[in-house]
Amino acid sequence: MKRYLVILLVIAGLAAVGLAGDPPARFPRPDFESGYAPPATQCPAPRPGILLWVDVGVLAGSMGLASWLVLKRRSRGGLIGLLLFCLAYFGFYRKGCVCPVGSLQNMALALSDLGYAVPWAVVALFVLPLVFALFCGRVFCAAVCPLGAIQDVVIRRPVLVPAWLAGLLSFLPVYLLGSSVLLAAGGAGFMICAHDPFVGFFRLGASVPMLVAGGLMLAAGVWVARPYCRFFCAYGVILGWLSRLSARHARITPDSCVACRLCERACPFDCIRAPTPVADPEERGVTRRRFRWMIAALPMIVAAGVWFGLVLAPLLAGQHPVVRLANRLAREERGMVSGLTLESEAFRMSGQSLAEVKVHADAMREWFRRGAMIFGGFLGLVFALRMIGLSRVRSRTEYTIDTAACFSCGRCFSCCPVDKAWREGRNTSELKV
Amino acid sequence: MKGESRRDFLKKAARWSVLALLGGVAFRMAGKPGAGRRSGMVWQIDPAKCIQCGRCETSCVRTPSAVKCVHSYDICGFCNLCGGYHQPGAKDTGTGAENQLCPTDAIRRRFVEEPYFQYDIVEDLCIGCAKCVKGCAAFGNGSLFLQVRHDRCWNCNECSIARVCPSGAISRVPSGRPYRLRGQG
Repeated sequence: MKRYLVILLVIAGLAAVGLAGDPPARFPRPDFESGYAPPATQCPAPRPGILLWVDVGVLAGSMGLASWLVLKRRSRGGLIGLLLFCLAYFGFYRKGCVCPVGSLQNMALALSDLGYAVPWAVVALFVLPLVFALFCGRVFCAAVCPLGAIQDVVIRRPVLVPAWLAGLLSFLPVYLLGSSVLLAAGGAGFMICAHDPFVGFFRLGASVPMLVAGGLMLAAGVWVARPYCRFFCAYGVILGWLSRLSARHARITPDSCVACRLCERACPFDCIRAPTPVADPEERGVTRRRFRWMIAALPMIVAAGVWFGLVLAPLLAGQHPVVRLANRLAREERGMVSGLTLESEAFRMSGQSLAEVKVHADAMREWFRRGAMIFGGFLGLVFALRMIGLSRVRSRTEYTIDTAACFSCGRCFSCCPVDKAWREGRNTSELKV
Repeated sequence: MKGESRRDFLKKAARWSVLALLGGVAFRMAGKPGAGRRSGMVWQIDPAKCIQCGRCETSCVRTPSAVKCVHSYDICGFCNLCGGYHQPGAKDTGTGAENQLCPTDAIRRRFVEEPYFQYDIVEDLCIGCAKCVKGCAAFGNGSLFLQVRHDRCWNCNECSIARVCPSGAISRVPSGRPYRLRGQG
């Protein structure tokens, strides 16, 4: 027993020597005479990292199934079933974390911070929905994303958002994409996760502002279908761009469109484009001239974006904890504020010098200034390209889907008379106007 | 007709270049040390940086918080009068509620031998308020400290406590070594 004690003491001594960061033992460990040995500290293990691959598997399987349901079976009912399953699994069982929408920020942080590694499974979570979008459209949004699913089930009386308003609002997610990537890459936190309105429902508990925001969003979602997906989701912006390139995409009709107009009001997200009038109301020369003007204005709009980024830079940099601390310390030094915040108190306890924090904060400000210029330029570019896209006249002879905005939810399938004939096994080529 | 096929060709070219780009990004991520097939990341507190501000109790998405007080018995002094257990002005070393620092009676004290006592944390009662941690750091060996308990933590993509931690004590650690215990190297 004595030998055991000696060994214990030696281990404890070595541990004490090895731990420079720990405070010195004020009360040395006693020599127990009764042979008492203290218990070991219990440390329950986390969910093993390898189990993340189960989530990746469920994600890939669900998206594969969704693609089949959208492209081959054309089954809205099947999609609803899958959507409810994914809402239960990714939402309520996995508590909404980690999801592809949020993984965007992990990727941004890993690209800029050399010391931060994203586990392979999280990389897969980020990449898989994008790959599916490239080949099958936004099937992730259709039935797999829990944030989309919770909004999809509350759509009851969809109203059309006026085109000009929807067009303006659709820049908001582009802004949020740029700013959240910039903030995540700069180490200023994951904005998408911090402002996720629905995760509180999945966890059955959240702060009051979060629940209010989520509740309002869901209440609005009864009329304005999927407001978060359309006007806030940053990941959806990338999915939309890639979906535009998709090899196959959901189609309103299984065969050729008969232009019956029955699907015109089917889409609650306003993704169905009507055929253009046969007689072009505008002269070709006018269109072409406007198009040229737009191309010429592109560099100017990008430059304006860069300027906007510079204006925004201090705001963005202010999100970074070190910059915030430096700002607070500067005000404390100048006597503009009285008392300490927890942050400035922690700084004073840490023994760091004020100059060190200033240098770090200045470096971060400079980093954000450059980043914000790129971000602003990106915003300008997206804006200019959207304007060029608007000024281009395209002729359509059929009712077609806007592949960038379409969530592949399958609501329009059953409106199409050709679909009905196809389902009943009739010859669809007879259906012609 | 020619325009259509040209557009299709451009679309195809763009599609495969985006796919190559995604592959390149994924490949670069996969090459980083720490990003393995089996690896995951979890959140943990560095006790050396923690200032016991109390936000772990209130900022966790779980109620009560997934952060609990953990006791490293190896560096404990087993004192009769314990800086983590007793109120600073306690009249005696009894176990009465008026003497205890812990607001939820989550620390249990057990007699070992004269004059030593063993202190255990009842995690179901602990709310992670860090009052005992502060006491132990001020008048003790620092054997009580806060840790994220991984049987309770939901491992949010961004820890909501880390977001507000005033000393930056919470960071991601590999799930293979998920704790930062005091007194264990």
